[in-house]
Parts: sequence; C-alpha cells; structure tokens
Amino acid sequence: MMHEIILAGFGGQGILSMGKFIAMAGLEEGKNISWLPSYGPEMRGGTANCNVIVADEEVGSPIVNKATAIIVMNQPSLEKFEHYLVPGGVVILDSSLVPVMPKRDDVEVYAIPATKMAYDLGNATFAGIILLGKLLEVTGVVTRESFEKALYKILPQKKHGMIPEEMAALEKGAKY
Amino acid sequence: MGERILMKGNEVIAEAALRAGCRHYFGYPITPQTEVAHYMAKKMEQLGGTFVQAESELAAINMVYGAASAGVRAMTSSSSPGISLKQEGISYSAGSELPMVIIDIVRCGPGLGGILPAQCDYFQMVKGGGHGDYRLPVLAPCSVQEMYELVVEAFNIADKYRNPVVVMGDGYLGQMMEAVTFRDEEPIYKADKSGWAACGSKMERPHHTITSIYIEADVLEAHNQKLQKKYAEIKANETRVEEFNCEGADIIVTAYGTISRIVKNVIKDAEKEGIKVGLIRPITLWPFPSESYAKYADKVKSFLCVEMSSGQMIEDVKLAVNGRNEVKFYGRTGGNVPSQNEILEQVRAIAAAK
Repeated sequence: MMHEIILAGFGGQGILSMGKFIAMAGLEEGKNISWLPSYGPEMRGGTANCNVIVADEEVGSPIVNKATAIIVMNQPSLEKFEHYLVPGGVVILDSSLVPVMPKRDDVEVYAIPATKMAYDLGNATFAGIILLGKLLEVTGVVTRESFEKALYKILPQKKHGMIPEEMAALEKGAKY
Repeated sequence: MGERILMKGNEVIAEAALRAGCRHYFGYPITPQTEVAHYMAKKMEQLGGTFVQAESELAAINMVYGAASAGVRAMTSSSSPGISLKQEGISYSAGSELPMVIIDIVRCGPGLGGILPAQCDYFQMVKGGGHGDYRLPVLAPCSVQEMYELVVEAFNIADKYRNPVVVMGDGYLGQMMEAVTFRDEEPIYKADKSGWAACGSKMERPHHTITSIYIEADVLEAHNQKLQKKYAEIKANETRVEEFNCEGADIIVTAYGTISRIVKNVIKDAEKEGIKVGLIRPITLWPFPSESYAKYADKVKSFLCVEMSSGQMIEDVKLAVNGRNEVKFYGRTGGNVPSQNEILEQVRAIAAAK
C-alpha cells in the first residue's frame, strides 16, 4: 500500500510539522517514507504545503502525482489540490477556515471545524493534530502508537509535557 | 548497519562530510542549501573543527583553497548564483590540484532567478564555469541516502586524484526528508599528502608551493598535459551510472537527480500500457557514462532526455548516441518540475509515432 498525502494551508499553521509527524511515524513502523516541503516564496504568509509518502514498497518520486488523501487548512489549498486526488481519495478539511466544499463528487470528504475545536480545547495549535486524527482514523496510514512515538522524537523535550493533550486532540479528531 | 533516521538532504550532506573526516567548512548562506551551514555551525564546534561563515562566496571558496593547501579535508556549499561567484576560486583550485568538495544545491536561473529547484547548473558544473582547461568530477545523487554515500565518495575521489569534486543536487534533494542509514565506519581513502601539502616545512625540507601560475609556455603546457592525463584516469575509473529496465526497452528515458525517480514511476505507468521504458541515470555527470547510451543506441526506438532545464545534459547524451538514434527532449524551467503525467505523455507520443 502506498499512501500519497498532500497537506496544505497557510504558512504558520504547522503544515510542515504535521507532515513530519506522519513521516516519522511511518519510519517508526519500518515503512518507506519521503517528506517534501514547498519551500518557495509562497511560504511567507501565503500557502504552505508538503508531500508525504508512506509506503510498504520503495518510494519512487517524492512528488505526489496522485494523492490518496489531502488535508486542507485554507480555501486556496482546496482549489489547488483537490484535482490531485485519486477517485475515492480522502479530503479532510478544516471547516472553520474553509467555507466551501470540494467540487469533486468522487471523493470522501470529512469537514471538521478543527480550529474552533482547538480553541475550545484551549490551544489553537491543536487544529492540525485534530485533522491528523481523522486522517489516521480513515486511512490507517500510521497507528496512533507510532504517531505518539513520532511526537516524542520530533518535539523538543520542553514540549513533551503537552503530548498527552495532543493525543487527546488527535482522539477528538478521529471521533468527530 | 545503524538505524534508519529521518533527515533533511542538506543536513545529511553536512553529516556525511563530518563522517568523512571534513573538519573545515566555509560557506555563505543561500536558499536552498543554508541548512548545510546550519548543521556545520552546530556540529563543527563540538568536533573541534573550523566553521566559518565567510563574508562572501569568494571568500568562502578561497578559504577552502587555503585549508586544502594545508592538506586537510575541506568543503564549501552553495546554490547556483553563489556557485557562479565561486568559479574563479574553483578554476584556481583545479589548476593548483587541490582536493576539496563543493556542494551545489541548484535553484532556478539565470541571474538571481528564483529559489525553486532546477538542474540548470549542468553546464556551469560539468562544462567548466571557470576559465581554463579543467575538469571536475560531478556526482549527482537522487535520494537522501545516496547524498550521504556520494558526499563521502566525493572526498575520497578528491583526495585520490588531488582534484576538486562537486556534488550537485536539485533544490528538492536538499529540502526533502527521507530515511538515511549511516555506516558504523566510513570507507575513507587515506591519501599521503606529505609530498605536496603546505603544512609547515619546519625548515627540514624544501618548501611546498601551491600555485596555478606557470609563466613559461612549455611549463604550463606540461602542467596541462599532466592534468589531462589525470582526467583520463578519472574517466576510466570513476564513471558511475544506473541502468534500470534497459534490456529490451522500446524507449530509454535518461534523467538524473529527482527527475530520475519520477521517471521510475513513469516506467511503471508505461508498463501498464504495454510500453517498455528503460532509464539511464548518470550518477557521475562528468565523467559522463557515454558507453551506456552507445550500448543501446541501435536497440531502442528513441531516447528521451528529461531535465529541469531547457536542455543541457542532452548535449552529452547526443554525443554519446553519436547520431545513431534520435534523442528527444522534455524539460521544465523556472522551478517547475516535469510531472509524471507530462513525462508519460512524451513517452506515449514516442511510442505512438511510426
């Protein structure tokens, strides 16, 4: 199985870190992985995105050609990336920030008010984690256990105290 | 073998250099390779080496010249416009036969261009860039793992032949993260530099002079002939290539770096449509693996060269094919990357043509 995922939103929403968590979790599971960021000038206040591939087989191109899932955290990203999806692919969008639905009718859509939910949890930075919760739930790209391990590996020591809360946010997204 | 670690291409370049025994790094920041300097700045102090963020690219390459003259393993890194600035120093280093490693993480040009990935430095790295009759081995990795292996290799080739060696990757290779596995011990070529390095004579032997100036015509010609002899040796010993799926292929696509991986996906797509496609991936851009092309020149319907440029490597491909077959081209510029679908379209068109 090859999961080809595009994560996209505004610079500053943690898009690149979200991709890293998945890649690291994939590595924890012994999968083949790649993480490719957009690093163009669009990152400054504009859109940021990254391509993450998690596969049992060898990863060929690190550039996602046909996405199996996309996570979008702003409207331009939805417009830019929905046509990358394979039929039956998964769209997970932050409905607090994306007021429209995909034009495609051959994909699975999960609209989650992640930013609002994150504010309710008292931490706006959890929006991405909430969306990742749904991604793990519906695609099975990595397990929650390996995701948690990835958080411990990537986040600096001083933020490890927050990881139980992050895992609770992940759970909220999965169950939404 | 150690564990698989998730690392960014640029960080792996720096880590590989350190593992290869490089303790002298001189650089100047430029996207998309600045992480090389970041990593070096952090690690070099712990290892007791020298890290200098120079005042300019010119200064950086000349600091490498100085360090290499003293016989230590030294490196600099930059991206396209920065490499242009280093060219004078590179030519002097080639003329003075100094072993060093130069990293070029290529961005789109010409001029200041942009920061997005490209392969438009092929000419400047492979065909010279600086003045004079010199050659540089140019290694072109296609993955983070290979980036590690080829940087270590670059130091070995540099020391073995007393020559600057380039590792060139498109911006994506510097920016992407993949799993990398480091060896417990690096295969380090130990060169005896005592016969030439300017590392202090202690008045116990004649001075060693590192220079590229030879005023007398015959002396300079003899120096050039010596260099050419060395280049012939490098050509004979250090050419590296990956041939993938080429036996019985209808079409051979040729590409290096990130593009070669996209082509591997295209090969799978084309297979499903009954088109047999092979890949020739030069791992050394100089010396160029001409024989691989010559071998298949009469066997395939056509070659297709795909680059993130307007067509640079294709000139070497055509020389290798030597008029025996056609060589088509597909390229994107400005930071755009030829997509899997675009390359597949090209392959389909060739397959459909009579």
